[in-house]
Amino acid sequence: MSSDFTWMIGGPQGSGVETAANIFSQVFSKMGYQIFGKREYYSNIKGEHSYFAVRISDKQIRSSIKGTNMLIAFDAETIFRHANDVLKNGIVIYDSTLENVKVSDVITFDNDFKERLESFLKSKNKDDTIKGILELASENDVSIHSVSFRSLLIELSEKLENPRIKNMSRMFNVLGVSLSLGLLTIPPEKLIESVNSIFSKKKIIAEMNVSAANFAYNYAAAKFENADIKFNTYEIEKNTLLVQGYYGTSLGKIIAGCRFQSYYPITPATDESNFLETNEILDVDEDRPGSTLVIQTEDEISAIGMAIGSSLTGVRSATCTSGPGFVLMIECLSWAGINEVPVVITFYQRSGPSTGLPTRHGQDDLLCAINSGVGEFPRIVYASGNVSDSFYDTANVFNYADIFQVPVIHMMDKFIASSVTTCQRFDETKINIDRGKLLDKVSSNDYRRFEHTADGLSPRSKLGLENGIFWNTGDESDVEGHISEDPVNRVQMMDKRQSRFEYILEKIPESEQIMKHSDGEFCVVSWGSTQGPILDAIEMLKNDGINIGFIEVKLLHPFPKDLLKKLFSHSKTIIDVEANYSGQLGSLIKQNLEKDPDYYILKFTGRPMTCTELYNTLKKIVNNNAEKREVLTYGA
Amino acid sequence: MALKVGDYKTDVHNDWCPGCGDFGIVNSIQMALAEMEIPRHETAIFSGIGCSGKTSHFINVFGVHTLHGRVLPFAQGAKISNPNLKIIAVGGDGDGLGIGAGHFVAAGRRNVDMTYIIFDNAVYGLTKGQASPTLKLGEKTKSLPTPNTNYNVNPIGLAITSGFTFAARAYSYDIRHLKDLIIAAINHKGLAFVDVLQPCPTYNDINTRDWFNGVDRKDETTQKPMPRIYKLEDTDYDPVVHYSDETELNQKKTQAIVKSLEWDNRIPIGIFYKNELITPYTRRLVDKIPNYIENPSALQNISKNHTPTTKIDEILDLYKI
Repeated sequence: MSSDFTWMIGGPQGSGVETAANIFSQVFSKMGYQIFGKREYYSNIKGEHSYFAVRISDKQIRSSIKGTNMLIAFDAETIFRHANDVLKNGIVIYDSTLENVKVSDVITFDNDFKERLESFLKSKNKDDTIKGILELASENDVSIHSVSFRSLLIELSEKLENPRIKNMSRMFNVLGVSLSLGLLTIPPEKLIESVNSIFSKKKIIAEMNVSAANFAYNYAAAKFENADIKFNTYEIEKNTLLVQGYYGTSLGKIIAGCRFQSYYPITPATDESNFLETNEILDVDEDRPGSTLVIQTEDEISAIGMAIGSSLTGVRSATCTSGPGFVLMIECLSWAGINEVPVVITFYQRSGPSTGLPTRHGQDDLLCAINSGVGEFPRIVYASGNVSDSFYDTANVFNYADIFQVPVIHMMDKFIASSVTTCQRFDETKINIDRGKLLDKVSSNDYRRFEHTADGLSPRSKLGLENGIFWNTGDESDVEGHISEDPVNRVQMMDKRQSRFEYILEKIPESEQIMKHSDGEFCVVSWGSTQGPILDAIEMLKNDGINIGFIEVKLLHPFPKDLLKKLFSHSKTIIDVEANYSGQLGSLIKQNLEKDPDYYILKFTGRPMTCTELYNTLKKIVNNNAEKREVLTYGA
Repeated sequence: MALKVGDYKTDVHNDWCPGCGDFGIVNSIQMALAEMEIPRHETAIFSGIGCSGKTSHFINVFGVHTLHGRVLPFAQGAKISNPNLKIIAVGGDGDGLGIGAGHFVAAGRRNVDMTYIIFDNAVYGLTKGQASPTLKLGEKTKSLPTPNTNYNVNPIGLAITSGFTFAARAYSYDIRHLKDLIIAAINHKGLAFVDVLQPCPTYNDINTRDWFNGVDRKDETTQKPMPRIYKLEDTDYDPVVHYSDETELNQKKTQAIVKSLEWDNRIPIGIFYKNELITPYTRRLVDKIPNYIENPSALQNISKNHTPTTKIDEILDLYKI
């Protein structure tokens, strides 16, 4: 029985690596396993290296580990990049025709990597070929299975008497996953069921892939030496979903009543808008169908501008972007700030600066989200730690926007966006909609949009509302919304808006501001998607008898400093964990609590943290042999 | 009770320079709204930044004074969300054709049913007279240190090639004519563009009121000024695309562009191009959301007693293991 297993498939972008991984994930999720998959790819359409690692376990998992138990490779680059990463007693299935390919033959390698790899192989006295690197793997007790993918296709083509099949190298992906399942002696009907479901939209293609799957499965079962790994089948936990990372915010928007989303294409944010557009027509209780209108705009400025225009009509509106798009929105964001317009910006971070690593992970835009803007105005910056949280959080951020009449920036990232996980079915009954002081009727004729009130929040009219006429301007304005440069009015208006910060901290429940996962003398503090690897690492440490606390800050602006201070009081050592260079949350802690975290664990390679790396580093800290700043670097 | 022009005026102090062409535009908009008897709460004026940006504060309907160059995105977002609103976007030529040029082109492609009026005076007034995108190459208005080094944008031509389905030019000192054009623009089914020639008495000392009136060129016999402005409707010019046919469409577009290039001695105003055979944006949405017109974003109920009314069961079932 194997309870924790990582399977990886790699290949050129466009070769169907993701489809293969989806088949694998479906098979194991239907066998009752928990799934955590992550996709890595270059900023490229076709040809560059991409890979998908799927971790399965009978226990809850929320991150990847360091290393792979099984690697499937139908191209040379995958072997060169990952063979050395296959764990002891692991398995490699690769295309035998690649054996003599040299490092220098792979044109898609970055020069730096090529040099590193060549000198690494030289240092191990191995040839700079596939054969060389696989020899190294077998010395690490990795069993190597070779098969010519092309010959498999030819045989299949003869068997089915379909000459077209022999040239269909795009089926290598299905062959690869099927070979691996054959070797692992997984019940074949699970494979076929999954292939059918993945290709359900095209019957002929489904049939062809089913044949290929059966053929490769049987081939591996017959020809490969038994892997001696056994996978039990478990009862599927009730209400389990297998979801892509961006489903959380997408479905959160739908349920929260977001009816307008404008966006400009950018990785890794666009998947969300695509999902919303695919599900544009909505089923509404006791009513005609509703709709989330999704509009692709000419740029991000227009995306936020339209979302604001929509919000002024009373619609819950949003946009979704990444760092380079967000910075284009800043002027409009400031306009929403001064005009107290609720609008949600879902911010799927990637790694900067500038274009940076456009398809890779990072959490380096926190301070940008908090600080960028013209002048001083209230906003909320809120972060989610995983796909499931992001569903409920999305519903909450729309409430915050409406109640506090501020723009809300909801921080997500590439790690969450391109992961595939099992999770509990999202519970719609937990969702509550609070539109704050939005009016749907004005009876008197002395309505004033920015009327001063005890709580600083004025009743909010919308375009089209009778007697509710108002004015907006990016200039400072009076209570009606007309331009005013009067110094006394200026102070009143600044006070009105800026008082929102304290009010927000007072009104948002503490449990929504900060999530305290565990207690410990050593306490990790973090935000966003590091949640998964941290929780997994803490569990690993628990098995070693070490208890580590974990505080996840969700409300990052306004900063809940008093609450955090209170929560920190139980811990002696604070460890800041973030996927950026400088420890941006750490700097907020330093600024607000006048206390520098004792340690920083940072990663900014563009690859997400693994629980293994975190486990090792936290252990170093507990054993008092860590540096103040520990930098993680694992991952291809 | 019928609304009067006065009902569309606010008591906000108007701080435009004396003699500014903007006054004619704001008056024309107010007159048009009154004549059309559009209820105040069903109308919104969106404006950009600059002198013209203040327009929304002077009109007693919803007023959204946005950002430099961004008036069209804000206005389109509102109109698409609530198609029942009458929306007029206004802004300067620098706003719409300089910093906002990308939005201008994209708006044409969408053809959202609303009106966009450009206050075209060839200078950036509020920042003290720099060259705007409509100033001609080589011209030197009085606050320019050196003559303009850029070729000018042709607003009518750009509008037509971008997909605007109504393109007109007006002159801000001919208020009645301008008012009629605004009414035609509002009534047009699609995105209507009105380029208003609007002398800036403070910074544009070339295209002045006198210049438009032809004071510098007198008829030799009568010794009377020969005005540069003339009206297309006084000629046999036909701006309307009458039927869906490539030849007809190309002919109407081409003649409008050629016509819009007339300048210096004879400057045409009026409707250059009108095509209601192109579907407006909200109509296009019906192809993917059949009930969008009856049930647009702004009219949908999203909750009942704080509980969401949207059902996501069917979507979630797709991902059930």
